[in-house]
Amino acid sequence: MIDVQAIDIGLVTLGAIGATYLWRGLGVLFASRINHEGAVFQWVTCVSYAMLGGLIARMIVLPIGPLTQTPLSFRIFGVIVGLAVFFLLGRRVLLAVCAGVGVFIVLVSAF
Amino acid sequence: MLNQSGEVTRLAVKDAIGFPALTLLASMTGFGSLVHESGLPFTVALAATAGIWGLPGQLTLVELHAAGASAFFVILAVALANARFLPMVVSFVPLIRSSATHPGWMFVLVQMLSINSWAAGLRRFPAISPELRQRYYIVFASICMASGLLGTAIGFLGVGLLPRPIALGLIFLNPLFFAILLAGAQGLSASTALLIGAPLGVLFHLIAPDLDLLITGVVGGTLAFLVGKMRQDRKKYHD
Repeated sequence: MIDVQAIDIGLVTLGAIGATYLWRGLGVLFASRINHEGAVFQWVTCVSYAMLGGLIARMIVLPIGPLTQTPLSFRIFGVIVGLAVFFLLGRRVLLAVCAGVGVFIVLVSAF
Repeated sequence: MLNQSGEVTRLAVKDAIGFPALTLLASMTGFGSLVHESGLPFTVALAATAGIWGLPGQLTLVELHAAGASAFFVILAVALANARFLPMVVSFVPLIRSSATHPGWMFVLVQMLSINSWAAGLRRFPAISPELRQRYYIVFASICMASGLLGTAIGFLGVGLLPRPIALGLIFLNPLFFAILLAGAQGLSASTALLIGAPLGVLFHLIAPDLDLLITGVVGGTLAFLVGKMRQDRKKYHD
């Protein structure tokens, strides 16, 4: 019996790996003859940042999977604490992440 | 200028063990547990970490697949989420070229490039003799890759053993880590794109769950690009 779902995710993963490598490989080919300050590159960079902004906001506000069992207010509060620690205490990523996750864990265990 | 291979190796080990290795361990633990909780196999977790080697693309793969998006859109969205590798590789490869190694070797080496090794290289290379930069990069990037894979395994295998709140915290680590990392993003158009993209991502997910990321990227990215261009033009006009 062939597991169709396992083949499906396997192929999607391979496709995703290949699609990612395409950028790296093209980068090596173009390295000596491309202007990475040109308008097209700026636009592509903007598109990827907008996608990332959208993905992160969606994962926090409308998560898929186990986070759906946690209240929206806990997730928002965790992000606010993380960002506040980041900007107020010298932009230390690891410290800020620990603070945000820590607050989130405390809230989830307490309520 | 460092010109002894032993010194360069030690510097790379010292730079990698510490913040980069720890951050990767933590963020990939989050990713590993997300893969587990999304019901996908261990091999997918490891393959995604080693093969995609960029958390945004990895998250896109798992999240969109879990959301039921079709294979075509998942792959397209992952490709777009990783488009930054093109300019990163273009700006990095000339720095690590070495006459001692075959030029084709570069196609293998770029697989290990991530934001960590890219930033560390750009910072350290001026003080390292050109022939030894490739060594610095290989040592640094291998340590990063090893801790990323270790984190993925810990997250995937450990999440079931952990108390529920901590397991949820690990999954929450994914978006939080990126929100914080990107909050420190350099450049006005990057910040503009992030701020425009965030509400659009939620909005378009409600309207078109299959295409949400792509529409968000194109609409939000184009808006941010135009805003940046207008700002530039205005500056030129005033100068």
